[in-house]
Amino acid sequence: MLASGILPSPAPMHIPDGFLSIVVSAICWVLTAVGVGVSLWRSGKTLGGRQVPLMGVLAAFIFAAQMLNFTVAGGTSGHLIGGALAAILLGPWAGILTLTTVVAIQALVFQDGGLLVMGANILNMGIISVLVAYGVYRGVTALARGQRWGLFVGGFSAAWLSVVIASVATAIQLAFSGTSPLGVALPAMAGVHVLIGIGEGLITVGALAFVAAARRDLLPALSGVEGGPSDKPVRGLGWAAVGLTIALAVTLFAPLASEYPDGLERVAEDLGFGEAALDAPYAIIPDYVFPGLSEESPAATILAGIVGALIVAVLGLGIAAAVARLRKRAVLQEIGD
Amino acid sequence: MAVEICIDVQDLSYAYHDGRQALRGVNLRVRPGEKVALVGPNGAGKSTLLLHLNGILRGDGGVRVMGQAVTEPNLARIRAQVGLVFQDPDDQLFSPTVFEDVAFGPLYAGLPEEEIRRRVAWALAQVGAEPYAERVSHHLSLGEKKRIAIASVLSMEPEILVLDEPTAGLDPRTRRRLIGLLQKLSQTLLVATHDLWLVAEVFPRTVVLDEGQVIADGPTEELLADAVLMGAHGLEVPHCYLPHAERHHG
Amino acid sequence: MGLRIHALDAYRSGDSLVHRLDARVKLVLAVLFIATAALTPDGAWPAYALLAALALGVILLSRLGVGFVYRRSAVALPFALAAVTVMFSTPGQPLLVARILGWDVTLSDAGLVRFVSIVLKSWLSVQMAVVLTASTPFPGLLQAMRSLCLPKVLVAIVGFAYRYIFVIADEVMRMMRARAARSGSREGRGGGSVFWRARVTGGMAGNLFLRSIARSERIYEAMVARGYDGEVRVLRPPSLQLGDVLVALLFVLVLGAVQALAQLF
Repeated sequence: MLASGILPSPAPMHIPDGFLSIVVSAICWVLTAVGVGVSLWRSGKTLGGRQVPLMGVLAAFIFAAQMLNFTVAGGTSGHLIGGALAAILLGPWAGILTLTTVVAIQALVFQDGGLLVMGANILNMGIISVLVAYGVYRGVTALARGQRWGLFVGGFSAAWLSVVIASVATAIQLAFSGTSPLGVALPAMAGVHVLIGIGEGLITVGALAFVAAARRDLLPALSGVEGGPSDKPVRGLGWAAVGLTIALAVTLFAPLASEYPDGLERVAEDLGFGEAALDAPYAIIPDYVFPGLSEESPAATILAGIVGALIVAVLGLGIAAAVARLRKRAVLQEIGD
Repeated sequence: MAVEICIDVQDLSYAYHDGRQALRGVNLRVRPGEKVALVGPNGAGKSTLLLHLNGILRGDGGVRVMGQAVTEPNLARIRAQVGLVFQDPDDQLFSPTVFEDVAFGPLYAGLPEEEIRRRVAWALAQVGAEPYAERVSHHLSLGEKKRIAIASVLSMEPEILVLDEPTAGLDPRTRRRLIGLLQKLSQTLLVATHDLWLVAEVFPRTVVLDEGQVIADGPTEELLADAVLMGAHGLEVPHCYLPHAERHHG
Repeated sequence: MGLRIHALDAYRSGDSLVHRLDARVKLVLAVLFIATAALTPDGAWPAYALLAALALGVILLSRLGVGFVYRRSAVALPFALAAVTVMFSTPGQPLLVARILGWDVTLSDAGLVRFVSIVLKSWLSVQMAVVLTASTPFPGLLQAMRSLCLPKVLVAIVGFAYRYIFVIADEVMRMMRARAARSGSREGRGGGSVFWRARVTGGMAGNLFLRSIARSERIYEAMVARGYDGEVRVLRPPSLQLGDVLVALLFVLVLGAVQALAQLF
């Protein structure tokens, strides 16, 4: 297991050169180029001349904010990666640009992350984490319809999930490069980052609370919400909460369940994942046999758990949103709009 | 271009976004070559007034610089004629190297490369900072940064120099050096400052600003020695004007 | 972590041949070296030896000190833990069988070769990156990135970030010192729950964020005051010298030879 205490970087996610194959590196560069290009274009349109100084200083802010730390129980230190904070405060495009800048400077100045593999590091920490965080945050705050809890739950879950998903992406890249079999990389990375994500979530929420108190106008989700009548969104809230709780429970308890193959097979079948989903990525990696990788292995469980959790969450949010829209329409018809 | 009045502020008023009135009907006329100090308590509106001189802020009333109205078509030219040096040099030195910072103004004025390099060398020489050209700004001391911030503005060869708190935070020796530099400059000078000793030494004319209004505008000796005036606006008579104290020269 | 900010300048000044080499050439050569290492097949030991010799040669030429470079490049090694398991998962002749955490694992020869190859690739690559950043002032790296056709706006943003990290880090240090000064506790035990501490830390981050936005506004005003119009403009860099080009060609030839040698295995 990679313990965050061993590694000097803020999060054990900065891949050095030599750990990814050229093919994987190149693919990541292409994806990153597209993501960064779009972000430059979109944020340039909104910010105009302010784009360069604002993005630059905020990247410096994220970098410096990563220095803020606190001690989480268990001896590990919590640090801020900043993807969710950037996404929520700045929006997705500016968020991607600032995190890209942070990753680039970390690699160039500290050799935290390699040069050739920078495309992958930017993809994980700058693009995937930002987009996941933004999506979750918007989803949750839409559900909350302007209420304050949306900020905190949205912020926390956005931060946590962004960190975990980014770590999963890292594990997948390592596996495709043949550096570390998925069976080990995934539990190691995801396991550690499930904890790190909690710290990230707490700091993110703390920062959002401060900004909400001091400068509400900077938080688009709180101001100007297209809220209809303040109908009790209990149904929508209920769905989302139940769904997410189940999803998280599955993910977190999956490793414990690995001793009970029956339970695992049941879970995999329920979610519709059999061998098909697990075979596909491994077929691309030549000549490797992964020890004991079947439905009973921790990797399969966790992978299925995470993907399953996401599907449940998305379904839950979708149902809740649909319910909310139906209610709104019903109420509007009453008013005679 | 010879003008009679290079800074002409008429009845200028300005309110912040939150509604606070920062300037109330300010009138100010400065002739070419004058050295004018702007004094007043914190929150008087000194910095706000200065930001109107190159169009960063636009208030109600008339502001003319070098005979031109501070409006959109004239801004590029006005900004080359008014060199504004901010209070925190870290805000003003934003380029990777000192050279690039001093070259920024001429570069954006569209000058050819040869001319840019000439101006950078000249401006750095003016402030005594030639060896710093390839340095990275964050290594420099406050005094060095302040000097280079002035150089970054001098390279545009402005007619008017506007400085916001130039001596703030400097130790005595560095401050003395900066005062020497200010005395050497031939441009029209308008300086906002709390350093009343500096005012007494370098600026023949003083304008007192408080709560967004010009309270007094006249010869430094008269204003700064007026204990009642000073006291009423959060200022102190500098020792050099107290009758029983000896005159100190720096 | 606080110490790292003050080590923000990776650059160590000097007057060696490597220092004087054009930044653009250095960046390209470093990337080519890393790519060559990545492409070298597992177990092609002569090729790795050549690459190591080449790296050592460059380090010596740069006069940065072998110890210095080796120490700095150690930062990549902990990540090697990620590759450890490849020793057990690669099929090949078994060298060692062990029982770890309830699983039977077999260490194979191919796995060991693969593991060592990965560690070598990584270590050599990081050495080159260290030499690059230690022998090139950061503004030079920015220039090099522009020349590699990275978007001007992005390079400008990176430049600004680099410039202001130090400034904002100072503010963070002051905040942390203030927090430490107010965090005294009896018997050395930290007070407050995790949540409380996170909230305080988060509050500092939020405060810092607002101050950073305000600062970026002032910087924008300063830029506008000197004629900034939204376009990123830079002075043309000096053209490449013949010496730079020759060194580049020589280096590329050596890398090519290494690859050819590696493929023979």
